[in-house]
Amino acid sequence: MEAIERLYFRYFPEKLLGEVLTKRWSDNAVPVFATILTISFFLLQNPNFFTLSSLTETSRQLSEFSLIVVAMGIVLLAGGLDLSVGSVFALANITALICIHILGWPVWATVATTLAVGGLCGAVNGFLIGYLRIRAFLTTLVTLIIIRSIVDIILLRYAVEISAVFPESDLWFFIGDGLVFGIPFSFLVAIVVIALWHVILTRARAGWHINAVGGSRRSAYNAGLKVKFTVFTTYVWSSLLTALAGVFFAARLGSAGSDTGAGLEIAALTAAVLGGNSLGGGRGSVIKSVLGAIVVLILTDSMVRVGISGGISSMILGIVLLAVVAIDVRWLKNRHKLLNKVYVSPAYFRLSELPETGAGSGSPYAINDRLKDVSLIGQGEIEGPEDVIFDRNDNLYCPNRHGDIVRFLAPNYKQWEIFAHIGGHPLGMAFDAAENLNVCIGGMGLYQVSPDHTVRKLTDETNRTLLSVIDDSRLKLADDLDIAPDGRIFFSEATIRYDMHDWATDALESRGNGRLICFDPRDRSTKTILRNLQFPNGVCMAGDGQSFFFAETWGCRISRYWFDGPRKGACEVTIPNLPGYPDNINRASDSCFWVALVGMRSPALDLAMRMPSLRKRMAKRVARDQWLFPNINTGCVLKFRPNGEIVESYWDLGGKNHPMVTSMREHKGHLYLGGLYNDRIGRLRLPDADPNWTSQVAYWGANK
Amino acid sequence: MIMESTPQSLTSSGTGKSAKMGSRIGLTQELIVFLLAIALFTYFSLTLDNFLSSANILNLIRNVAMLGMLSLGMAVVVIGRGVDLSLVAVMAVSLTFSIVLANQGYAFSAALVLGLALVIVVAIIMGFLIAYVEIPAIFATLAVSAIVYGLGRGVIATLDVNNVPDNLDWFLFLGRGSFLGIPIPIWLFAISALALYLFLRRTGFGRFIYAIGDNISTARITGIPVRPTIILQYVLSGVMAFLAGCVTAASVASMNMRMVNSTLIYDVLLVVILGGIGLSGGRGGVRNVLVGTVLIGLLLNGMTILDFSYTVQNLVKSTVLLCALIVDALLNPRDEQTSQQGDI
Repeated sequence: MEAIERLYFRYFPEKLLGEVLTKRWSDNAVPVFATILTISFFLLQNPNFFTLSSLTETSRQLSEFSLIVVAMGIVLLAGGLDLSVGSVFALANITALICIHILGWPVWATVATTLAVGGLCGAVNGFLIGYLRIRAFLTTLVTLIIIRSIVDIILLRYAVEISAVFPESDLWFFIGDGLVFGIPFSFLVAIVVIALWHVILTRARAGWHINAVGGSRRSAYNAGLKVKFTVFTTYVWSSLLTALAGVFFAARLGSAGSDTGAGLEIAALTAAVLGGNSLGGGRGSVIKSVLGAIVVLILTDSMVRVGISGGISSMILGIVLLAVVAIDVRWLKNRHKLLNKVYVSPAYFRLSELPETGAGSGSPYAINDRLKDVSLIGQGEIEGPEDVIFDRNDNLYCPNRHGDIVRFLAPNYKQWEIFAHIGGHPLGMAFDAAENLNVCIGGMGLYQVSPDHTVRKLTDETNRTLLSVIDDSRLKLADDLDIAPDGRIFFSEATIRYDMHDWATDALESRGNGRLICFDPRDRSTKTILRNLQFPNGVCMAGDGQSFFFAETWGCRISRYWFDGPRKGACEVTIPNLPGYPDNINRASDSCFWVALVGMRSPALDLAMRMPSLRKRMAKRVARDQWLFPNINTGCVLKFRPNGEIVESYWDLGGKNHPMVTSMREHKGHLYLGGLYNDRIGRLRLPDADPNWTSQVAYWGANK
Repeated sequence: MIMESTPQSLTSSGTGKSAKMGSRIGLTQELIVFLLAIALFTYFSLTLDNFLSSANILNLIRNVAMLGMLSLGMAVVVIGRGVDLSLVAVMAVSLTFSIVLANQGYAFSAALVLGLALVIVVAIIMGFLIAYVEIPAIFATLAVSAIVYGLGRGVIATLDVNNVPDNLDWFLFLGRGSFLGIPIPIWLFAISALALYLFLRRTGFGRFIYAIGDNISTARITGIPVRPTIILQYVLSGVMAFLAGCVTAASVASMNMRMVNSTLIYDVLLVVILGGIGLSGGRGGVRNVLVGTVLIGLLLNGMTILDFSYTVQNLVKSTVLLCALIVDALLNPRDEQTSQQGDI
């Protein structure tokens, strides 16, 4: 059983599925599938469907229709709706015909006039909906009737005249029937316009405003966007694009029928929503609109060819509209629930047997009460000192939860000040040779604070992994760092899939979601050097200038990585099976290393690690605060030799002063303890330690 | 508080200055519309020769009765913050269904019951789509309208116009008869108006509809069965559409399905909005429908006598509707901070 589960959770692409669902483009899956299905269905039904001549004709219709659907999509994206497209289309058609057939105007004037008329209709809609804030549905319904009435009145007067005259313009003929390299001219224009709108909506400021207004109108308003103007423009653009389609239609057919554009609004709306544009705004794209246009056009075309009566085909369109709106509404409402269900993707992980920690067992991990007598610094005055560090003047620095770096002043550490405010929760810290304090900040990246309090961003992104689905270039949870003698900063990023406060979910997955990253200050480049680590946490230079130790918290092990020298690139496990979850690693005065165990393993959780399906069920069905959690309430500090041998351990049995230890720093004969959720810093005298040793001098040398 | 929704109660409860302002203007709006209707009636009586002729008055009354009944149905839905664009399609197709059944040999009363059953089934499906699937009401009703019309044209009947079978005087009486000198359609309109008035003001479900229209989330939290009540709204409006259809079919002894393609549904909206029932729901009542019906009925009748063409009538009507929407928007401006996302 266990073997099956192990294989399943290693090879079944559940994680991929969850990640794909987080992407906005995954919404397109349904329309793309529908498009392929429709096309192949009618291809099987009627092979003649895709002959060249029929394709040319279809592509002309498609270019007109998709322009209108794209127009509808733009309005939908901003949270509106434009039902007047059918009438505007008819009005554009009749305007163009009157200009060229009766008035005999040149083509450019005809096109300009038609577009102007269309723009005017859009401006009226936009004014009523954007500025007066009347409901889009009713407004455009009414303008639909008004414009339709105007078209009918014009038709009554000019229809005969229009059909009596044929324009003598080659250019006009070319617009309607011309081919460029065998492709209809109107089709090319439509492609250009559509590509342009794709760029506008995804890359340009105007398009982003439209997205913002549709996504959350109130937020857009409060952010200072011109909401009313943006809404206004969407209607103007909608009518302009529709008028352009009307020009092509006029040039192609030259007919002034009274049913031009009748029912077009429903077809366009169906197409836009079918493509995946959301009613109510905020979700939509040009691509979606075009896909929807293709499906609906093929559908209606085929119904005409098969000879389905008007009544039935309107019924079919109505059913399609209802079905796609229903899917759209339910999808929007339940998408995040589905995502919650599939995104968490636990992995199979088997830990070796728990090492002995019993008192008097003789094991180096044996529990004791050596942390009981710590003296406290800043009790109740700081929150969340994840790491502690000292400068050459013995001042103590620690981060707090409010995004500050706090400095306790030597010698008695009673007085403190805010050294720098960065924002985010600073985690690991390290001084470089020039006395700059380098800080990893959860959610922000790698920052540097110089002695004169200036805050600089060093990096917040790394190279993106090829073929990664979620964007892993941003640093989500930079955790701890150390600096090589040549100035390169090596730091760990605990997980790329979750934010800092979701660390428990990452623990539940126990998948290698973390990585090690190198920032090179010489060319300011950032590069990922090691991937798929289980919550890499503490980083500490081994002292040979070629390698460093790093801890993998959920992996319960400490490894050594060589970044230089003959073994460059090698990575080898130093301590494979810790009794708890290791956090920060720092140097000790006797050429050993300190490591903090933030919490201890428990047999139940160790067993659960071998049962990913259990953990998956737990993530789905049990409230988060009832999950099997890594315990972070009992921890200890260990000292180990570079070869991995554990020397001694320091425990706080009652959990009174230091229920959690995430970091420790040895400084002048004392050990200072920090904890992510503590409100104090502990100070423990080390009787056997060198009372003058400081990490700073030992690593960077005495002279400044 | 939620239950009370008459303008007077809002004023007396003093929910703030703006509410007082709004209600005062709302009251005047209703009054203005009523005065306008009287003015229009006087004007038409004086200037149009045929206006006061008995034939025209009868015609006017019949049209008004039909329009009024449809508007009553629409009003119930709009008060509950919905909209029912399928009224005309449901009316035309359900009566066509009854007539076709009768022509195939069913007893006409049985055929009518089956027609009513069709209406109720459609309304329940539509209400389900709106209340449970949460499709916006305008889309659901628009799509159902198209589907029902397609059903009528493609499946139920082959002809657009279907005649009521002969020898059905009792049915035609509904459209052509009179009682105490007042035509039956008016009686039917009055009875249904009274019934709906009592329903909206005196029954729990009527109060629920106001509560839902006022604030659907609050209504839900209060424990009102929101979703069943929404379905009930659409069933009620469907039944009103069926009644209106009976009156129409009885008065001309046939049912014309092309009516669906006319702008009748916008006339209905016009009545409701002009009468003063805000589209944002929770406001207004039967009285507003009566006032709106009179004005629009007069306007339509006058334009017909004046021999305005169909298109020009549409133009006038829709322009009036647009003006009504603009006035509505100016009197009840929507605020960026409180308006609902995706409210189209």
